[in-house]
Amino acid sequence: MNPMPRILEVRKNILKHNDEIARSLRNRFQEAGVFVVNLVSSPGSGKTAFLESTLTKMRSDFRVAALVGDLATENDANRLARSQVPVRQIITGTVCHLEAAMIERSLEDWNLRELDFLFIENVGNLVCPSSYDLGENLRVVLLSVTEGEDKPLKYPSIVNSADVAVITKTDLSGAVEFDCAAAVQNLQAVRPGIEILRVSAKTGSGMDGWLEFIASRRRDVVEHLVWHS
Amino acid sequence: MAEEEAGRRSAEVDAIYVKLGALSGIVKEALLSAYDLARTETTLETARLVIEEVPVMIYCARCQAPRSVHSVQQLSCSECETPSSEILQGRELQVVALELRS
Repeated sequence: MNPMPRILEVRKNILKHNDEIARSLRNRFQEAGVFVVNLVSSPGSGKTAFLESTLTKMRSDFRVAALVGDLATENDANRLARSQVPVRQIITGTVCHLEAAMIERSLEDWNLRELDFLFIENVGNLVCPSSYDLGENLRVVLLSVTEGEDKPLKYPSIVNSADVAVITKTDLSGAVEFDCAAAVQNLQAVRPGIEILRVSAKTGSGMDGWLEFIASRRRDVVEHLVWHS
Repeated sequence: MAEEEAGRRSAEVDAIYVKLGALSGIVKEALLSAYDLARTETTLETARLVIEEVPVMIYCARCQAPRSVHSVQQLSCSECETPSSEILQGRELQVVALELRS
């Protein structure tokens, strides 16, 4: 009888299950032509206000919808419903992030072909969501001016996993003496080359630039698809 | 995952070897304490978790070579300071191998 090997090579990602679901979601999104944006940030950075403003401004030009993750309440979905686009709440219970399987379940009875954009508001948390791919096209990390310029240095993993950084609540910059140059420098140190936008959902400042940015990103993906089909 | 592999070979696991990247978003101590809770009353009750921490390596376009970085807060080449977001390693969260009892 052969002796059993002492060391068995495995080489499997611990989050393999999530990665597989995310891959299948990404294929579904691509086939349906829907551009998916995952918003991550700490609690209270203004994700919901930013998203409400985004959905309201976009709905006349695009077919948009949102999934919103929260530990316990439906408050965010109720706020987002004011934008009059389809919104669904995902209550995660004690789970501090969204996982691909939660997105898959929430989308079961949605016809993705009827959408141009799907926004996913992750649970407010700058740690765990960085490890969970949701099949999104674009991961956006939000940083509000009230949080301080050094947030990117404290949470490098999530900033590094993001495609875009949006600095929010810029209307409060003066009141909190926000050093925007330092924030930009810190973001660039942690994720060299990251696109950085500045917005105030309250005054609307910078929102047009953000909307143009995601519209152009979606065009890139959709035109790429047409080119290959 | 480890239980599955071991079960298929009807072997007992002595140790699980894991690679943990500096940018994985997971802290070694947290993973160890979570593992301590998770293994209770499973077939892995006596298996050790051996974590290898993997530092970030980038590809430096200026040196045209893989390079280390100063820290996860400063993703630039440790030799020439050129920033790079081309990460070659450091995101790992992977079970590399199992040590089976023979």
